[in-house]
Amino acid sequence: MIVQNQKLNPKLFDQDVEQIPIRKGFGEGLLKAGEMDKRIVGLCADLTESTQMHLFKQKFPERFVEMGVAEQNMASVASGMAAMGKIPFITSYAMFSPGRNWEQIRTTICYNNQPVKIVGSHAGVSVGPDGGTHQAIEDIAITRVIPRMVVISPCDAIEARKATLAIAKTMSPTYIRLAREKTPIITTEETPFEIGKAQLVFEPNHSKQNDMKSDIIGENRSNEKRVDEERAEIGIIATGALVYKAIKVANALEKEGKKVKVLNISTIKPLDENAVWELAHETGAIVTVEEHQIMGGMGSAVAECLARHYPVPIEFIGVKDVFGQSGTQNELLEHYGMDEKDIKEAVNKVLLRKK
Amino acid sequence: MLLTDQKAKFLFEKAHAIRQSIIDMLIEAKSGHTAGPLDMADIFSYLYFHALKHDPKKPDWTYRDRLVLSNGHICPVLYAVMAHSGYFPISELKTLRKFKSRLQGHPQRDFLSSLETSSGPLGSGLSQAVGMVLAERIDFGKTSSKKFVCMMSDGELDAGNSWEAILLAGKERIQNLTVFVDRNNIQIDGFTEDIMPLNPLADKWRSFNWHVQEIDGHNFHAIDGAWTQAVSVFDRPSVIIAYTIPSKGIPEFERKYEWHGKPPTTPQEIETAKKAMHSVRTMGGKVCGEHE
Repeated sequence: MIVQNQKLNPKLFDQDVEQIPIRKGFGEGLLKAGEMDKRIVGLCADLTESTQMHLFKQKFPERFVEMGVAEQNMASVASGMAAMGKIPFITSYAMFSPGRNWEQIRTTICYNNQPVKIVGSHAGVSVGPDGGTHQAIEDIAITRVIPRMVVISPCDAIEARKATLAIAKTMSPTYIRLAREKTPIITTEETPFEIGKAQLVFEPNHSKQNDMKSDIIGENRSNEKRVDEERAEIGIIATGALVYKAIKVANALEKEGKKVKVLNISTIKPLDENAVWELAHETGAIVTVEEHQIMGGMGSAVAECLARHYPVPIEFIGVKDVFGQSGTQNELLEHYGMDEKDIKEAVNKVLLRKK
Repeated sequence: MLLTDQKAKFLFEKAHAIRQSIIDMLIEAKSGHTAGPLDMADIFSYLYFHALKHDPKKPDWTYRDRLVLSNGHICPVLYAVMAHSGYFPISELKTLRKFKSRLQGHPQRDFLSSLETSSGPLGSGLSQAVGMVLAERIDFGKTSSKKFVCMMSDGELDAGNSWEAILLAGKERIQNLTVFVDRNNIQIDGFTEDIMPLNPLADKWRSFNWHVQEIDGHNFHAIDGAWTQAVSVFDRPSVIIAYTIPSKGIPEFERKYEWHGKPPTTPQEIETAKKAMHSVRTMGGKVCGEHE
């Protein structure tokens, strides 16, 4: 069941669950951040509406710079503005920023330690018909490897808005990854968000399996046995737009009697190592889910953490070292093995590997 | 500020002391760039000891003018003028390129906070300078008297990123930015016009809506005239293409692109460099050097 104290969207499993592009949340968040802090400036490389920076531009034209199709220049101009006390947000498609301008981001933003916020929209294969040139599936790898960079990957539009407001208040170079397509709303206004904190969004339904009241009143079972029964047997760690699919799979598995936990990694770097460790410790089997190359992505970050602290079998859902192509979102997620059935298969596979 | 003949003479002597420091640093470091730092010693001396508003005692003074070194590899000349201005002891220059030194092989703000930026990879310094000016304009409008200077090499004009920044500055008509291009005609692999022709260079800048001047980069009155004009231009960014002699000050090394990226290392090369420095200091043996 979805975790109650996270105050998630109660209509999460409805057929007509509300769907909003994640990038919209960014646009609203930036507008609000701009209202609260005069230091915020916006730069865009000829994709103002597409990246949802137009809201900020309309309200604060004097704090907006149209860069034209020049992402390298955009990164370093932002660095210069930050050196004068601004907090610049730069937007383009993730393929071009941080794709094309990686070295400028490394040297003039991170090496220089300037608080520039890099907003990469249209990440993942879900961009769809535009084809492989426009599908950024390497962006997590190339940003998280740069010292000082914070990497954020919101799971829905509401979380994207909160994340945007949160990163606007920090002095760290930050990359925030956004998806283009409509994505089901998972969180609500009340759901907590904190940079560097993973959120447990799905957990086994204890009330069905045992009567909690009898535990407290009757003391008819040992604590150890109770803990054992409540323990989840599989942990799914997901990020971005695929968190929704991970939750749906967990829900289906629960109906089959499996005890599943789902962790939403909204901050990929710094990784919430405690949350990852705890989940591995409890379940002993992990599946990571992301719309990104398996190599170097969020799953790799999880594997790096667990290999050091608590090695357990891991299965990775993601793109397997190939480029994308044109197609619908569903066609592509299915083709590249990131659909619900793939997550389910990975769960079964990792359970078999579990000792 | 008027450049009197007396001040020009002072700057000439300063530039010589800077060249001396550069040679000492490079010999000690056993690696680094020779041609660019030596050929930009006059312009850097003019800026740090005459033109720019800055306070070595308060490196983060809000109202200081900003100098962005885009071609980070000529940092020995920047370090030298900073040391001679009082940002750090001149003796520290000998730590150039050494482990844990504040004077990294290419400038890094983490190590030396009085730098305006870290640089090395070519073609992105101008972008940062343009960003600084845009931020200044947001805060203080077009009337800000703060001056922004970006030092560039001619070789780095091969980089597309440079022209992206040149386009943007032209579009935004920013008025308090002056670029110095070190037109020494050399880069690592050879002469610029053989590697990637830039001429007609002045026309290129002009066509991007910049105010353009071409000067002798070793003549203080020419540098002063161009600077005075550049900072008086209101509705356009300004570029001063300074023709310089690579490795200026060591006749045996001058004009040779081979000296772009190496220091004097053999005993003979070191002797040549030291002799040249001595010769300038004593005006060819006619006078005694100040420390002799």
